[in-house]
Amino acid sequence: MTATTVTAGDDRVATRSRAALFLSRPEVGALIGAIAIAVLFLAVAPAFRSVDNVGTILYGSSTIGIMAVGVSLLMIGGEFDLSAGVGVTTSGLTAALTAWDLGLNVWTGVIIALVVSLAIGAFNGWLLHVTGLPSFLVTLGTFFVLQGVNLAVTRIVTGGVSSADMTDMAGWGSAQKVFAAQATIGAVKLNITVLFWVLLTAIGGFLLLRTTVGNWILASGGDAAAARAVGVPVTATKIGLFMGVGFCAWVTGMHMLFNFNNVQSGAGVGNEFIYIIAAVIGGCLLTGGYGSVVGASVGALIFGMTQLGITYAGWNPDWFKTFLGAMLLGATLVNMYVKKKADAR
Amino acid sequence: MTITEQRAEHAPAAEALLQLDDVGKRYGNVHALRGVNINVRAGEVTCVLGDNGAGKSTLIKIVAGLHDYSDGSLKLNGIVRRFGSPRAAQAAGIATVYQDLALAPLMSVWRNFFLGNEVRRGPVLDIVKMKKVCGEELTKMGIVIPDLDRPVGSLSGGQRQCIAIARAIYFGARVIILDEPTAALGVKQSGVVLKYIVAARDAGLGVIFITHNPHHAYLVGNHFVVLKLGRVVLDAHRDELTLDRLAAEMAGGQELEELSHELQGVDASRVVEPAAQDGHPHVAAPVIDERERAELQHEE
Repeated sequence: MTATTVTAGDDRVATRSRAALFLSRPEVGALIGAIAIAVLFLAVAPAFRSVDNVGTILYGSSTIGIMAVGVSLLMIGGEFDLSAGVGVTTSGLTAALTAWDLGLNVWTGVIIALVVSLAIGAFNGWLLHVTGLPSFLVTLGTFFVLQGVNLAVTRIVTGGVSSADMTDMAGWGSAQKVFAAQATIGAVKLNITVLFWVLLTAIGGFLLLRTTVGNWILASGGDAAAARAVGVPVTATKIGLFMGVGFCAWVTGMHMLFNFNNVQSGAGVGNEFIYIIAAVIGGCLLTGGYGSVVGASVGALIFGMTQLGITYAGWNPDWFKTFLGAMLLGATLVNMYVKKKADAR
Repeated sequence: MTITEQRAEHAPAAEALLQLDDVGKRYGNVHALRGVNINVRAGEVTCVLGDNGAGKSTLIKIVAGLHDYSDGSLKLNGIVRRFGSPRAAQAAGIATVYQDLALAPLMSVWRNFFLGNEVRRGPVLDIVKMKKVCGEELTKMGIVIPDLDRPVGSLSGGQRQCIAIARAIYFGARVIILDEPTAALGVKQSGVVLKYIVAARDAGLGVIFITHNPHHAYLVGNHFVVLKLGRVVLDAHRDELTLDRLAAEMAGGQELEELSHELQGVDASRVVEPAAQDGHPHVAAPVIDERERAELQHEE
């Protein structure tokens, strides 16, 4: 064999066109879906066209989107967190119950909630590491544990199923300004959660694609053994990702608390799947190693548009979940198809 | 340059880069490796051969820092070392190219190339530089991949193998361990990979080439170590060895004779008419005595 056969390269691997490169991005499917949904509801729901409702749609999307950032990063890192939904409630309750029961400044409760949320994430990650069980099982366990704790502790502390009214407590006003502020820009009334959502998406997207940690996340999800072999701290990365979900749960939980003045102890159950759906619609693979934070946020936007679009169109909102499930399947198939097409080029 | 080219200086006096003295490894009460002595010299290809279960993987894991050894000593440049992690082994200059390549299939070529050794500018990845270096290094090795953003999984096995080798060389490895690099490859691609082994040797690296293919080993190896059931059964320089001898040793030497003895009654030249009387093929269990059964279990 002559040297030229080696150095001539492999002509089977050709440069891909710009279009193919664009289509091979994980968030493309979600973008196409979002445009399709927007066009659909703009056509059938007159209220959807009203500028006043943009704020409402974005608000609905943001409460899902904040969590979708953490959950999508975790999924790209190869793990699930089924406790994410009740984790939001736990965070809100922790702040409310500690501050109220101990008579602390509301901000102290907020900080305690942050610590607890991060600790739950770290515990999930640690348990995953020491047991070697799939994260589906580990977090299914914490999901039920937290669900019970939420109900039982709230009952012990307040005697009811929701946290007590704390609107007259020290620090409530300032905390509410931070976590539940509203601003009107033009005709659009925006909640501060939209800002949190956009910020977290930007940070998460940057972290994933432009930092060393992002490379580690992709590798930990793509092939944990391979990542470990070249010196990537896989366990630390995964624990960090679970803590990231905890942080997002804290942001959402604080908003819930200060926006609605109390937290229902049974809330949050089932939301974990909505976060996962947003991430999957956004192009995250269930098996990890591939996906996009921006895509997951677009997935959350699709969720927000659908939720309100159905109401605005005058359809029976009972169909919402059905619609969501069908969309999940559709989006997954589109993602698969687009990826295949782009890779084949 | 041909791959069979002999190197003149194989002076045994040359200082061993990596030296395993009487190294052993126990997993509970299983001795996976016992009394292994291997010297890896710079600019030499040391081939470690062995059948499945011979202890090759255990040996790799010890040198690569994935497992600690239980007996003996591992010396790097004459200093006894114990690597607590793959990262520590890498920092000491030992790079491992695994059979499954340690590449994440869905990640792009350049991300894989720099995985664990990312180049940053401040807190941010220096993507432009990484792509440039990755392209240059691969071109140097003779691999041209026009699109470094392509996921590694879409490349051929030979290309992936070469990326892994190029990566190890670029990141300053002095000892490179190749775990069965040609096992899953066709003839052409194996040839390419063997050339890279020679390229790594010519770059002055100590190469440990793990394989179960004596033909591939003999094409590039300077020194040969054959493992069997966790022990070294042959340790010879190229001059003291022929390919036939190596192949025979690999196949178990006198064991091959035993095997042919065992299979005496098989009648290999016989051809059986298809579709027996009632159309149902009847397979009779072969007769295996106690000793053979025990051996089978032991090898597992």
